[in-house]
Amino acid sequence: MSNFEEQDYTKQLDVSLWIKLFNIIKAYRKELFLLIALMVLLAGADAVFPLMSKYAIDTFIVKGDMGGFALFAAGYMGLVVVQALVIYGFLMNSGNLECKVVHQIRKVGFKKLQELSFSYYDNTPVGWIMSRMTSDAQRIGDVIAWSFTDLIWGPAIIILVAINMFILDAKLAIAAMLVFPLLALASFHFQRIMLKNHREVRKMNSKITGAYNEGINGARTTKTLVREDKNFEEFENLSGGMRKASIKAATVSAIYLPIVISLGSIAVGLVLWQGGGRVRLNLITYGTYSVFIAYAMQIFEPIQQIARVLSEFQSAQASAERTLTLLETEPDIVDSEEIAAIYGDSVNPKPENWPAINGDITFENVSFNYKTGEKVLEDFNLHIQAGEKIALVGETGAGKSTIVNLICRFYEPSSGSILIDGVDYRKRSQIWLQSNLGYVLQSPHLFSGTVADNIRYAKLDATDEEVEAAARTVSAYDFIMELEKGFDTQVGEGGGRLSSGQKQLISFARAIIADPKIFVLDEATSSIDTETERMIQKAVDIVLKGRTSFIVAHRLSTIRSCDRILVISEGRIKESGSHRQLMRRRGEYFNLYTNQFKEEQSNRLLQAEPEKKAL
Amino acid sequence: MITFKNFFRMLKGNRIYYIGAIIMTGLSVLMSMIPPLIIKATVDSILGGIPLEAPAFVNDLIEAVGGMSTLSANIWICSLAIVAVTALNGVASYFKGRWTAVGSENIAKTLKDTLYDHLQRLPYDYHVKAQTGDLIQRCTSDVDTIRRFIAGQMVEAAKIVFIFIFSVSIMISMNMSLTFVTIAIIPFIFIFSLIFFKKITASFKLADVKEGELQTVLQENLSGVRVVRAFGRQRLEVDKFEEKNSSFRDLSIASIGNMAVFWGVSDLLCMAQIGLVLLLGIRDTLAGEMSLGSLLVFNTYAAMLIYPMRQLARIIGDMGRMGVSIGRVYEIINEKLEEDTPGAGEHPLDGDIVFENVNFSYEQSSPVLKDLSFEVKAGETIAVLGSTGSGKSSLMHLFLRLYDYQSGSLKIGGVELRDISKRWLRENIGLVLQEPFLYSKTVIENLRMAKFDADNEEIFDAAKTAAVHDVIKSFEHGYETIVGEKGVTLSGGQKQRVAIARTLIKNSSILIFDDSLSAVDAETDSRIRAALRERRAGVTTFIISQRINTLMEADRIFVMEQGRLSDSGTHKELIGRDGLYSRIWNIQSLDEELES
Repeated sequence: MSNFEEQDYTKQLDVSLWIKLFNIIKAYRKELFLLIALMVLLAGADAVFPLMSKYAIDTFIVKGDMGGFALFAAGYMGLVVVQALVIYGFLMNSGNLECKVVHQIRKVGFKKLQELSFSYYDNTPVGWIMSRMTSDAQRIGDVIAWSFTDLIWGPAIIILVAINMFILDAKLAIAAMLVFPLLALASFHFQRIMLKNHREVRKMNSKITGAYNEGINGARTTKTLVREDKNFEEFENLSGGMRKASIKAATVSAIYLPIVISLGSIAVGLVLWQGGGRVRLNLITYGTYSVFIAYAMQIFEPIQQIARVLSEFQSAQASAERTLTLLETEPDIVDSEEIAAIYGDSVNPKPENWPAINGDITFENVSFNYKTGEKVLEDFNLHIQAGEKIALVGETGAGKSTIVNLICRFYEPSSGSILIDGVDYRKRSQIWLQSNLGYVLQSPHLFSGTVADNIRYAKLDATDEEVEAAARTVSAYDFIMELEKGFDTQVGEGGGRLSSGQKQLISFARAIIADPKIFVLDEATSSIDTETERMIQKAVDIVLKGRTSFIVAHRLSTIRSCDRILVISEGRIKESGSHRQLMRRRGEYFNLYTNQFKEEQSNRLLQAEPEKKAL
Repeated sequence: MITFKNFFRMLKGNRIYYIGAIIMTGLSVLMSMIPPLIIKATVDSILGGIPLEAPAFVNDLIEAVGGMSTLSANIWICSLAIVAVTALNGVASYFKGRWTAVGSENIAKTLKDTLYDHLQRLPYDYHVKAQTGDLIQRCTSDVDTIRRFIAGQMVEAAKIVFIFIFSVSIMISMNMSLTFVTIAIIPFIFIFSLIFFKKITASFKLADVKEGELQTVLQENLSGVRVVRAFGRQRLEVDKFEEKNSSFRDLSIASIGNMAVFWGVSDLLCMAQIGLVLLLGIRDTLAGEMSLGSLLVFNTYAAMLIYPMRQLARIIGDMGRMGVSIGRVYEIINEKLEEDTPGAGEHPLDGDIVFENVNFSYEQSSPVLKDLSFEVKAGETIAVLGSTGSGKSSLMHLFLRLYDYQSGSLKIGGVELRDISKRWLRENIGLVLQEPFLYSKTVIENLRMAKFDADNEEIFDAAKTAAVHDVIKSFEHGYETIVGEKGVTLSGGQKQRVAIARTLIKNSSILIFDDSLSAVDAETDSRIRAALRERRAGVTTFIISQRINTLMEADRIFVMEQGRLSDSGTHKELIGRDGLYSRIWNIQSLDEELES
């Protein structure tokens, strides 16, 4: 898990990383160029305003002549309008760029996520992926658009101002820029410290959030252990640490700004002093004098900006790195080009070329191990005839799920092969197989949307009649019609508004609507009330008829009616046969079954009497 | 207004920092007003020869350095003055920053501490019903909204007010009519900003909603990845996500468009106004109504004054948000704490337990325990069997006074339970919950929770009893392994065993296992029970379980049905009569009939 820790920033600015990122978003070259143009224009206007004052002072005030004043006024106001338009324009453009970059990263990322194999999902927490796709993507867009904007403006205005000053009076320009290196040094130095402090504060902050999380979730246990005082003591340590870190960070900022403005004031002082002498000697005009003073007063700002922006790039680097890791991950299971050309891929399937599936499945010397090296199956052989009903029984970690995942081609064998209707399934596309699967999960997963949307998920062009028929088949029709809006009822996020039995039935309807040839059922372990269980059992019997089916079995009733029961242990088939045969053998299955039976019966007794849970 | 009162209550103890910070703000603003005046003096009086109009102390100061002639020959003195004044400004602004930080961080810490402590001491029932996510949000992001306001915006607003006061009074002394022109725009900019910030906030809210939808699609796609793949619906998912993704993009662009209009227009207004001041200033200067230096001052002050007005509008807008946050935070703080009965004391708990017609119900719901009467001898082991909702857990909660019964009498060693302090009860009765909570600390720290001075021997001993010592030893870092997301994830059964060991360490007079072996396999279960029997001699014990092997070993078995004690007795007695217990016994002891 340590790979997924949030902290740890890289220390140095990694230019190649940012180039890679710019590559991803090179589609927005137009916005980038426009951004550069607008920022140079903005810097230009910023540099020109003091020159306007100079002109006014030298032409009107010093000479005492109002000729051309109206034209000047018009020109000045014209420049104001241009400046305002540039401001509007660059905000629009950078905003556009930001949103488009974020959109693009998310789009590419989401598509990648649809291609990545299960091995990726097994090892990557959903929360980690969520953060990359939401906050990190946003951060990158933010930095690329806005920090880049400032990064253009800063140097542009420094260069323009410097050019102006040198043209007007080189000596005075040097005086004005004498503090430049010091300013730059101070800015970069402080930005670095501030970045570090900021991280410290953020780290403390997430610890405090963690403490609240624990304090609130563990409140009941805390009470039974009378831990309130101790916990509070520990929390006070954290909140005290947070206060200390925050005050430290704020204090450094409070030192930084005075230093920068003081250094800036040295520039103003130098200009005032040297310029005053030069005005007296008539080397420069009052107007020029005023320009230099104006420039000196704002000279520290762009430097400060550049320092800030560079540290922003540095701090966003961790986001960029992690997001690139996601974007650059290659899926383990890929269809070869020739195969994708014939059968299509997940995004552009070509169902017209798909051969029909019968449902005959063979494992030929299949071995499978996880990336970590952990061996799950070795030399596994199994033949399942089309239409056979198979139950997989065994302890957690015995390999039941792996067998099912291999059949679905969520994983591929490390060696050996799996044949469907006599053909190695790697010679067909993933989407071909997966479009012919019916799949019901242990904990049913529904998507936001209506009940009908969810049933239609497996057959997008299903008519209302088909949807209703599927619901009827699994006895879900009646309860659906009792819902507020029938099939048009919103199921709520993650199906939160329905009971788990109801969700299960809807997922059955979804699984059969496309009439799949192969059916996988991962039964629920958690106990459901008897009534629901009865209905689900009925649904299962109907659903499995005429399909090759695999049941990772937990419920006895399902097991008993299977054609073949495989007891899996340590990646091997330990016992195989019908319920009757295996019970007679009095082996592992017998033990498993009797234990389960006892437990189930007791549960039933203990659950039967309170008010019946509504289905 | 309650918000307002709460706000001042919150500042208590730190007001001195804020008063200091506001004084420093004023000082810093005042200092920032001076350099333009020095420039004016240099331009007008030193270079231009206009007699200096300055307050007496400034004239005295000039005399002290040798009068105007010295200044004229050494303009660097003026430069030095600018640097000195700016440095003073820097010192003032440092203290402003530092004191605001100390004040606001103190307040934030107090708020956080109060919230944490308060939450811990709220009644058990509050936490049963609590919505964790919402509570955490109040404690973190709402507190942060408040902190940001008092750390920055409050003082920022004071700064803008100071700028207004100082610059306007200086400008009036130079050119009254031009001053009024300068400030004429302020109300317009202010109102314009106020309206626009509202609009921008609204448009960002729209985008936020869309972003929420986008996150939902993403979340559902990731957690439902099996379903997506099993039905080959990648294409649909990509389209679904793209729909949200692009409409979020478009809404964001629209709100940034609003922002661009706002900044464009307000900058236009500000710059045009500054331009107007310059143009009118030139006219006035030419007419001899003001000096060139004054013109430069006006130009600088106008910029200092006009731009921040937009900020002031924004701060006022944010004040509303802070008010909402204060309300949400104080909703928790004003929640009533768990209280003990007055006069409740510490009494020995190793006596007999007597229930007489005890009735209990949760707030305004149907009775959970009805007329419960029974006696338990000290040192007895009682097993409790009951269906879900039969009231068995509620019964156990009564012992620790996590809830108080409404009527009847419950005595331990002859003392009414209500007269025994809650703290005492919880310290001396060990209760293991069915889904115990482990803290994300090391295993040994978790074990030491209930008795922080326990030595390693005691801890290992308890862990051995709970059959978890070897499990812990097998971890890479043994007892120093961190539990939870950041370390080793324990299985449900392992958690239960750690929780049992944790409870055993504190040598209680009464031990309660609330179905706390449910996730442990039958074999380990019986090992733990055997070890417990040895250990807990003389300790009154309650074990809630559904396993017949566990139940039958107890001295007596209580069968609970619908809030009543429907039957009680030894295993032998109970299997002899028809009832829930004998039915369960029949099921769990049968073997042969299964082969059919």
